[in-house]
Amino acid sequence: MTLTDADLSAIFLTLKLAGLTTVLLLLIGTPIAWWLARTSSPLKGPVGAVVALPLVLPPTVLGFYLLVLMGPNGAVGQFTQALGLGVLPFTFAGLVVASVLYSLPFVVQPVQNAFEAIGERPLEAAATLRAGPWDTFFSVVLPLAKPGFVTGAILGFAHTLGEFGVVLMIGGNIPDKTRVLSVTIYDHVEAMEYGQAHWLAAGMLVFSFLVLLGVNAFKPGGRRP
Amino acid sequence: MSIAARFRIDRAGFSLDVDLELPGQGVTALFGPSGSGKTTLLRCVAGLERAPGGALSVNGDTWQDDKLFLPTHRRPLGYVFQEASLFPHLTVEQNLAFGLKRVPAAARQVDTDHLVELLGIGHLLGRKPEGLSGGERQRVAIARALFTSPRLLLMDEPLAALDPQRKAEILPYLERLHRELSIPVLYVSHSPDEVARLADTLVLMEDGRAKAVGPVAEVMARLDLPTAHGGEAGVMVEAAVAAHDDAYALTRLDFPGGALWVPNHAEPVGTPARARILARDVSLALVRPEHTSILNILSAEVVETAPEGKGRTLVRLSLAGTPLLAQVSDKSAAVLGLAPGKQVFAQIKAVSIL
Repeated sequence: MTLTDADLSAIFLTLKLAGLTTVLLLLIGTPIAWWLARTSSPLKGPVGAVVALPLVLPPTVLGFYLLVLMGPNGAVGQFTQALGLGVLPFTFAGLVVASVLYSLPFVVQPVQNAFEAIGERPLEAAATLRAGPWDTFFSVVLPLAKPGFVTGAILGFAHTLGEFGVVLMIGGNIPDKTRVLSVTIYDHVEAMEYGQAHWLAAGMLVFSFLVLLGVNAFKPGGRRP
Repeated sequence: MSIAARFRIDRAGFSLDVDLELPGQGVTALFGPSGSGKTTLLRCVAGLERAPGGALSVNGDTWQDDKLFLPTHRRPLGYVFQEASLFPHLTVEQNLAFGLKRVPAAARQVDTDHLVELLGIGHLLGRKPEGLSGGERQRVAIARALFTSPRLLLMDEPLAALDPQRKAEILPYLERLHRELSIPVLYVSHSPDEVARLADTLVLMEDGRAKAVGPVAEVMARLDLPTAHGGEAGVMVEAAVAAHDDAYALTRLDFPGGALWVPNHAEPVGTPARARILARDVSLALVRPEHTSILNILSAEVVETAPEGKGRTLVRLSLAGTPLLAQVSDKSAAVLGLAPGKQVFAQIKAVSIL
């Protein structure tokens, strides 16, 4: 029993989706995490809650609202159409947008915790040593928050690999475009192809285990007794 | 050459309101109990705390006024925090280089090799901060601040987080810095010993106000400022090593108002020395005591007296101009008739060399 071309295509698509999502999450999540870690604005609570929503919402709920919003009559859909981009649902781009939102807390929260753990003092020390705010961010904050970034990136990547509900709602099941691993496994099970399903499912299981092992290694103090 | 600082901060439960003109050289101690605003004042000077409407100029350069607020990283200062605050991801050498490489080459005036030697940190350069003792970390932090060739060095209780042994280890380095570098220092402290040992000028902070500003020996000897004593009234005497008596293991220190015999102080004749004399170690007599074991008996004149409470009186004396404080019982003050102008003999039971 080996993997079919369709299986390989799904694996490749899933990795591409997760990789792209992770990169975008780091770019988008870092400023959000920084703001959440540093602000004393009354908006901190609401914004933090919105970012954390995907942790508790059924993925189908998130997918449903994204479908409505990005659809031809939704606000985002109108906007993307006006830009000449068409509508996002049932495209790879739509899947990326949905994945970014769906996995946002998995990146923002570890990075935010890492920022908060740094505290005020290293930033002040850097300022007294002539480092401006951007300089300080890159030369002090990023290196000190590295474990948070590694954890966030791994969790964001792994969480995107495993999404199912959102994908079904927003992406459907289009080979080479939106049919990812989790959907492929579901299809195999539906078609009673348990052998095929096993190959992919066991692969995911092992991969997820290794990911969590990796996260533990990067926890602060996790490498030293 | 001077530092002019005017800051006002009003916050719930705390206010700072100072307008100071400080010498642009030497060590100025910001001294007072905790909560008196000394650290806040230091942070205002550094620009770490914003005091709208404040003004600050350092030896002719304006750092802050109505129109201008230089952010901290554009102020040519060095700051030593209470905890060393070294960057944990960098080695000692990289920590030292952090500030240095951000200073334009033309503005670098500090002999870094000399500083490394002065602070005794040469053997630590390759190590990470987590492997250093508290005293070593603080010495690295001081060097790191000085590497930026600051025009003003700010030190926020750099010894407070250290145990007495580590303190004793760092103090000599601070004294050497004081002697060898010409950078003005603002030094926050609540320890009278540290202030007496290191500072030239003393700013006495109380409730966010500067209660007194002046030479350390003068302010510490004032009777109207109980907080200047930091809970332990005493004076600081600036003297110099005058002679050694090896037979008895004693050293004579001369100062303008007389001489003090102290336990052997192994420094060459002529070396400046600061002595601290606590008021409770000074007793008074109307005639020169004889047949006594006390070595240091000096002729003095009473300048003023102030009741200290609990049956005790604090007496300010003048040793030909040098102030000295004595603590006597209210009864003794009455019996001896201690009043301004009275000639007495001060018996000094203990002198500590700082």
